[in-house]
Amino acid sequence: MSAKKVIHGIYDDEETLKKGAIKLRAARVRVKEVFSPFPIHGIDPIIGVDRTWISICSFIYGLTGMSLALLMTWYMMISDWPTDIGGKPSFAFYMNLPAFIPVTFESTVFCAGHGMALTFFLRSWILPGVTPKNPDPRTTDNMFLMEIEAKPEDETRIVAMLKESGALEVNVK
Amino acid sequence: MQHESAIREPLILGHKTYHDITEDIARPIEGRANKYWYLVFTIAVAAWTWGIGCLFYTIGTGIGAWGANKTVGWAWDITNFVWWIGIGHAGTLISAVLLLFRQKWRMAINRSAEAMTIFAVMCAAIFVTMHTGRPWLDYWLFPHANQFGSLWVNFNSPLLWDVFAVSTYFSISLVFWYTGLIPDFATIRDRAVKPMSKKIYTLLSFGWSGRAKDWTRFEEVSLVLAGISTPLVFSVHSIVSMDFATSIVPGWHTTIFPPYFVAGAIFSGFAMVETLLLVVRKVLNLEHYITVKHMEYMNIVIILTGSMVGVAYLSELFISWYSGVEYEAYAFLNRATGPYWWSYAGMMTCNVISPQLYWFKKLRTSLTFTFVLSIVVNIGMWFERFVIIVTSLHRDYIPSSWTMYHPTWIEIGIFTGTIGMFFTFFLLFARVFPVIALNELKTILKVSGESYKKEAAAHTHDHH
Repeated sequence: MSAKKVIHGIYDDEETLKKGAIKLRAARVRVKEVFSPFPIHGIDPIIGVDRTWISICSFIYGLTGMSLALLMTWYMMISDWPTDIGGKPSFAFYMNLPAFIPVTFESTVFCAGHGMALTFFLRSWILPGVTPKNPDPRTTDNMFLMEIEAKPEDETRIVAMLKESGALEVNVK
Repeated sequence: MQHESAIREPLILGHKTYHDITEDIARPIEGRANKYWYLVFTIAVAAWTWGIGCLFYTIGTGIGAWGANKTVGWAWDITNFVWWIGIGHAGTLISAVLLLFRQKWRMAINRSAEAMTIFAVMCAAIFVTMHTGRPWLDYWLFPHANQFGSLWVNFNSPLLWDVFAVSTYFSISLVFWYTGLIPDFATIRDRAVKPMSKKIYTLLSFGWSGRAKDWTRFEEVSLVLAGISTPLVFSVHSIVSMDFATSIVPGWHTTIFPPYFVAGAIFSGFAMVETLLLVVRKVLNLEHYITVKHMEYMNIVIILTGSMVGVAYLSELFISWYSGVEYEAYAFLNRATGPYWWSYAGMMTCNVISPQLYWFKKLRTSLTFTFVLSIVVNIGMWFERFVIIVTSLHRDYIPSSWTMYHPTWIEIGIFTGTIGMFFTFFLLFARVFPVIALNELKTILKVSGESYKKEAAAHTHDHH
């Protein structure tokens, strides 16, 4: 079995690319990846990109931040060293809770925001020092690139389909 | 594809393509700065240096170098802190709240507004760290295991809430800003010709490639960050206002403070965004992207928030009389007619009367008028904080301790220094960072671009 071919179809319009991707899908050709300068809305279901779980992660980080803040305020103000400040004693957690809400809120936001951003950077592997993987430098400017991995025998068929769908350039590697 | 009504004015003027947008926004980064840039930059750096000198003098001599005294314990330091942090509120408001409301006009201005937020919060941080008097002990503000016994920070105090609020606000704004910058840095990277700039922008862009999945995550992160930044931005200035409102000083002890401070913060923040953007659009030739319509939208926000501030001033005045508390009534009488009457008059004129002029369409669409008024608003907002802080304190409960407050040249120097620092950072930002979220802007080109809108209108006309 010979090596797979990588085919790049380059478009100058996101709608044309989308229509092309729909046709490829109908012909049972899998689009491996799409590189674009900005998000193409509606491309994900066509090329089989699942929805992201990142907001659920963020929610969990937020809950963690909230729990940590509640634990911290309870430990420092009620359990470890209760002090009577300005005639306001720290007898029980529920009595002081209203005063702890602001810090709890800030901590929730802090953990939800930073946790989510970190998850995004790690899952998408965008970090300082990473080498960019877009095959053509124009895909961060005005071009939209569709990457297809195909068996050598399918090559001509796919190239023809890409050209027909309005690709400006088709490159095969 | 989304469609927009033909009667909505276009947000991108002229006939632009995706490539034109990249070209227009990358040009200032790739080209050379003109002599005006160097001139303003030199002045800003000089002012900043002067401020650093005054800061060192304060650290070396002690807080007695300032005009604050036993009666007026908070003065320029907290005035400037609140002023800067208020200015910092527009950035997050534009990028977060307007994102949630799907306001497309935010895209031309959010990047520089967020940069402004970050620089303004840095300026505010200088005052808040310095006002403690012994800034080298400021780590005591954070709850940490210490060698002084099991004594912890006081979580019942708004001053501590402020530490948490401001540091969360700063770091979240920074992440929000930087995440948005990554794809745009990638654009600059892929265009770079010189090896050195290619290297720098590769590092800054974190190796962004623009894959479909990355974009899905990117959009989700932006949306969720906007969602959590919205209550965050309201919480920060509410907490700042609680530093005052939870005290028993007449003129501070008011429940109206949180919404009143938040409205004031948005008011001054938008004014600062206008001041900066009116210069930026001219100097960097971005008139096609930052249009008169954008300024008009911001002016409308200014009328709204300015009116809210006005209502707050008047209700404060009414309540001080209606409450029947003589201390409260005196505090307000003293503000308006006491020795600091001029600052009260300045505040009322700049913040209550001047924004009402924007009801005239001619005025709110005039760029010269907007520029002048944006500065007037920020002067007014500075006076507001001065009035709240100094006039409430200088005549306290015991007449024998009544006194006046005068700033020293050291304090004036530190304030000038922060303005210098702010502009130094902003000028550097305008030279090396894409000042408009260029890739995000491309998403609205077909909907809100002038030539596309005309085409669509002509097309619809043919059908009927």
